[in-house]
Amino acid sequence: MSPGLQVLVVAAKIVFVLGFVLGLLPVVIWMERKGAAFLQDRPGPNRAGVLGIRASGALHAVADVIKLVFKEDVVPSGVERGWWALAPLVGLTTALVTFGFVPFGDEIRIAGQSVRLQVVDAEGGALFVLAFTSLSVYGTMLAGWASNNKFSLLGGLRASAQTVSYELAMGLTFVSVLLVYGTLALDRIVEAQAGAPWHWGVAQGFGIVGVPAFVLFFVAVFAETNRVPFDLPEGEAELVGGFHTEYSSLRFALFFMGEYAALVVSSAVVTTFFFGGWQVPFLDGTALRLHAGAVLAAVGIAVGIGASGGAVLALRARRRRFYRALLPADPRRREPLFWAVVWTVAALGGLGLAVAGLVDLPARVPWGPGAVAIMAQFGAFTVKTLFGCWCFVWVRWTLPRFRYDQIMDLGWRRLVPLALALVGLTAVWVVARETWGGG
Amino acid sequence: MPNRPTGRKRTLAERTYLLPVLRDLARTGAHLVRTVARPEARVTVEYPEVEKPMSPRFKGAHRLLLRDDGGPRCVACMCCAMVCPAKCITIVAREDPEDPQEKVPVRFEIDLLRCIFCGYCVEACPKDAIRMDTGIFELNAFARQDLVHGMAYLTNLAKDARAEAAVFHRQHPEAAPPGFLPDEPLPVDPEILARPRRRVPPVTRE
Ligand code: SF4
Ligand code: SF4
Repeated sequence: MSPGLQVLVVAAKIVFVLGFVLGLLPVVIWMERKGAAFLQDRPGPNRAGVLGIRASGALHAVADVIKLVFKEDVVPSGVERGWWALAPLVGLTTALVTFGFVPFGDEIRIAGQSVRLQVVDAEGGALFVLAFTSLSVYGTMLAGWASNNKFSLLGGLRASAQTVSYELAMGLTFVSVLLVYGTLALDRIVEAQAGAPWHWGVAQGFGIVGVPAFVLFFVAVFAETNRVPFDLPEGEAELVGGFHTEYSSLRFALFFMGEYAALVVSSAVVTTFFFGGWQVPFLDGTALRLHAGAVLAAVGIAVGIGASGGAVLALRARRRRFYRALLPADPRRREPLFWAVVWTVAALGGLGLAVAGLVDLPARVPWGPGAVAIMAQFGAFTVKTLFGCWCFVWVRWTLPRFRYDQIMDLGWRRLVPLALALVGLTAVWVVARETWGGG
Repeated sequence: MPNRPTGRKRTLAERTYLLPVLRDLARTGAHLVRTVARPEARVTVEYPEVEKPMSPRFKGAHRLLLRDDGGPRCVACMCCAMVCPAKCITIVAREDPEDPQEKVPVRFEIDLLRCIFCGYCVEACPKDAIRMDTGIFELNAFARQDLVHGMAYLTNLAKDARAEAAVFHRQHPEAAPPGFLPDEPLPVDPEILARPRRRVPPVTRE
């Protein structure tokens, strides 16, 4: 491949990954708000709308952005200007960089060249992931220290102590994962999980190794991303806003985005290690290309059924008290009909896909099977990542916050010994697998 | 851990922490499914559009009741103005021109900005002339004066609870009590005047 083309390909991948993560942010924020509401028997945000179309509160993210852009950027006196301005950037940057190591699809061939769908296919990718996720705490620490505010400082201190404590358990769990796969390269870790879900990382050693590793890793990730139940750095009951007390306007928006970007990336990393990354269950790359038509048809049928259900539900919504109570001139009256039309169009699209699959359209064009395979794999990756994010949301709105000493107790006295035991267990299992060829 | 409010020893399952977490996740998940599947099961009332039924005992904005012959029941005895802890009832009385033995109010104003909705005025009235059963609690206006409800409005509520003080007085300046309106009426947004009303009729217990 010529150097020029190589640069172009890398640039395209970078743009794609940035777009993917930043594009998922509003989705995840919407999921958080709506999920929180539904878990608490509330309807959630549903007021912002354009021409009466409120999209279940999805537009609140747009409203938030507009609001934050136009807010005053307050710089408190006494802050360490440079560090203070740098801090909000760190979280978002490290999260985005981490995503560069995560593979999001199989190798594809463009113009006779194979291209890995991964921005950096580093040999030690897993180590970079560990390194960059721990770097994100610097943003919190800097913010806490540079803000010249006691509450911010306490928040930053808590964050650093907590991250360092959980770093250890996380690193030990990494050791277990790496023992199992025998490699640090994330793309090869994903390739090793091809096929049925019992080849996934979480099922390693018949689940005896995989499940504890996953649980330990997941708990450590919660602490690393400062999510409830481990969100002490911003425990608003004790620390006002924690480390971002002194930030307003776009600087606060950067912290907010960084938090959710870290969420997306952590969930992508968990997916990569334990849930087969971009692997479609039961179908590896070859099988996907071979049965491209059937895959397309299955996706089309699923979309068709789902969208038809959506259309029916949208029409039924007209019977709800809310819609019946609207004034005749209220533009929101047309909302159920609007969504019914949208869902119907989607259902027709699904039908089109199904027909295209049934007549085996992909096999008739040279790039057809490959395109279907890559779309399916990328789709699987997105779905898994979003489900991971949903688990974060679910846990956040179910559990109360830990007390600080409980966090430290859990980290040092429970997780670290457990992770050490897990490393031993993994080693035993790996040796057993090599000796007797089990697994 | 010492923090054990029940004083009971935790079972092994509880001490793993993870099992209770899974149980709680299932519990919140069940709430999620219910909230999505049955929107009517949500606890939130989507207020301006959907309203909760008002208790008949709810103390809302006041109204003055009328006699069968159409005159106000109020005999301007001042009991309500006397008992009012917020001192927000202003009454000007005079002789009834038709029956000089009777006293009638010429001005009867309640300043709802000062009213604390205690209901003492209703209790004090010997004639059952004043009640707070209109169910109106959305007391808002563009001018403070609009929340000083005069006699025309208060008695009008007895007939039609849906009238709004400012709108009513500006549409019927002749019916407003003397001195109620400024010489120059405040400009009113025609859109506000045209705004459709959707309040349910009040519970009347004549
Ligand atoms: S409700 Fe109470 S405060 Fe209001 S007018 Fe009657 S007595 Fe006065
Ligand atoms: S207590 Fe009743 S009758 Fe007496 S002034 Fe008040 S409203 Fe009129």
